[in-house]
Amino acid sequence: MTPRLNQRQRALALLIGAAILLMLIAIAGLCLNQAALITDFSRKNLPPSLEMPFGTDWMGRDMLARTLTGLSLSIRIGLLTAGISAVVATILGGAAAMDRRLDAALSWCIDLVMGIPHILLVILISIACGRGAAGVTAGVALSHWTSLARLIRGEILQLRQAPYILAAQKLGISKARIIQVHMLSHLLPQLLTGLVLLFPHAILHEASVTFLGFGLSPEQPAIGVILSESMRYLTTGKWWLALFPGGALVAVVALFAQMGQYLRALLDPASVHG
Amino acid sequence: MKHRLQFAGKKLLRMITLLLGVSLVTFLLMAASPLDPLQTNVGQAALGSMRPEQIARLEAYWGVDTPPVQRYLGWLSGFVRGDLGTSLLYRQPVTQVIAQRLSSSLWLMAVAWVFSGVLGMALGVLAGACQDRLPDRLIRGWCLLVSSTPAFWLALLLMMIFSVWLGVLPIGLSVPIGTETAAVTLIDRLRHAALPALTLSVTGSAGIALHTREKLVEVLECDYILFARARGESAKSILLRHGLRNVALPGITLQFASISEIFGGSVLVEQVFSYPGLGQAAVTAGLGSDLPLLLGITVISAAIVFGGNLAADLLYGAVDPKIRRGAART
Repeated sequence: MTPRLNQRQRALALLIGAAILLMLIAIAGLCLNQAALITDFSRKNLPPSLEMPFGTDWMGRDMLARTLTGLSLSIRIGLLTAGISAVVATILGGAAAMDRRLDAALSWCIDLVMGIPHILLVILISIACGRGAAGVTAGVALSHWTSLARLIRGEILQLRQAPYILAAQKLGISKARIIQVHMLSHLLPQLLTGLVLLFPHAILHEASVTFLGFGLSPEQPAIGVILSESMRYLTTGKWWLALFPGGALVAVVALFAQMGQYLRALLDPASVHG
Repeated sequence: MKHRLQFAGKKLLRMITLLLGVSLVTFLLMAASPLDPLQTNVGQAALGSMRPEQIARLEAYWGVDTPPVQRYLGWLSGFVRGDLGTSLLYRQPVTQVIAQRLSSSLWLMAVAWVFSGVLGMALGVLAGACQDRLPDRLIRGWCLLVSSTPAFWLALLLMMIFSVWLGVLPIGLSVPIGTETAAVTLIDRLRHAALPALTLSVTGSAGIALHTREKLVEVLECDYILFARARGESAKSILLRHGLRNVALPGITLQFASISEIFGGSVLVEQVFSYPGLGQAAVTAGLGSDLPLLLGITVISAAIVFGGNLAADLLYGAVDPKIRRGAART
């Protein structure tokens, strides 16, 4: 009989499992890159079967390979954009916490960015960068930092007034050391959780903007492209073209969101008491 | 009362500077774009066969040769007078295009806004009240699923089920094809708006439900709840008298903050259902580099979002006696 895992161990196991699964999807997509582009008109418009679990499209392309490639692309863009967002958020949030005037200016900037509906902002930045992969990456990366920056600013302000930091200052410990020992150890978990929770948004916005035609180019098998192509064939009853790729995207996004929850449970035990 | 007015004035002033900022940022982003409006709208082949003076005329029309500073100042001076310029693609004044689009979008968004708020609040309160029991688990799972679903895919899914498979609702547009405007009935309009509104409501409700639940759980852990329980108040009475009242304030914030989400969702949903609203116009303007129209839509939508925030700030005072008497200073 295996010993029952406690909540923490279970969260860790699920977290590792989810991460491995996502990594496998990313790698599988990379390997299938070529298979996703093969057109074979002898097998076009096949509904899902055992041989072709996701069916084929009007050019006889294997939808499973295309979906996996698209997911892999989404995951990689998600990692990149969420990473950039987190760095921007840390720098700006940290800067805002240091200086009052900078704080006021930054809070104005955050209000500004949040005032433009998210999708519209991503579209605008994407246009400014000439659309394509660069456009959508820049768009998603530069529009998602606001809430995390606010969180980090608030944390630092709160930390600076925390009794143990004040005591450390009175003890004559240098500023650099306080930041290194007391602040970073408290901020890093927050940052890590915030970063993982950015993925779902980043991936969803990338797919949405690509779907609208402002993102990845139509030749690339991205989920947004697959779904916008499938729209033209829906009325003729080709339901599998939209159902499976979209469902797979939902699964990946939900997996990322769950990973964030597990990570929070592990790093911030106070949030899961009771 | 005076400090409330001062507070409102300050917020209004901030809103105006933010709107100016939004217009400037939007303009700069569009001006920085390497995409050539002539290439995207006229096409390389057509450009190649044109005489230089024709190309020059087109360039003047799309404003390629005017320096950006001059263009922005020109736009701004028009904006102050209520003139948003002329849309390059629709060849109509931007105000007219926006008014026309907004009238069909606005009530779609309004229905979705109200419905997602009610649905989200109800689910959130139910989940919070049954913390960690079956209803809570089900609702949380549902919300996770919905918030992981891209709005456009949900729209596609609903379209497949109700329009293609069951055939009970129309596939797209806001009115039946091939009928006169006069012959379009209210039922027709409702039938065409049903699926877009449903999609928007469902996607919007998940976030509101999760946040409401979190707030309610937080409130229910407070000391005054413990005291109320010790007094022997029933669970129902505690929820109604203490829980809901204290959730009202964050609820208002959430509801008004969701305007931006609803607007973003409408861009996607209108595109899927070919619904002739503001969101679809934004996509058309973006793809066709129609600077005046996109600028106008961004500024108007930002104004709606800021207006919502302002309304939420003012409502706090009406809801919370502490703020009304001047306890809050922001």
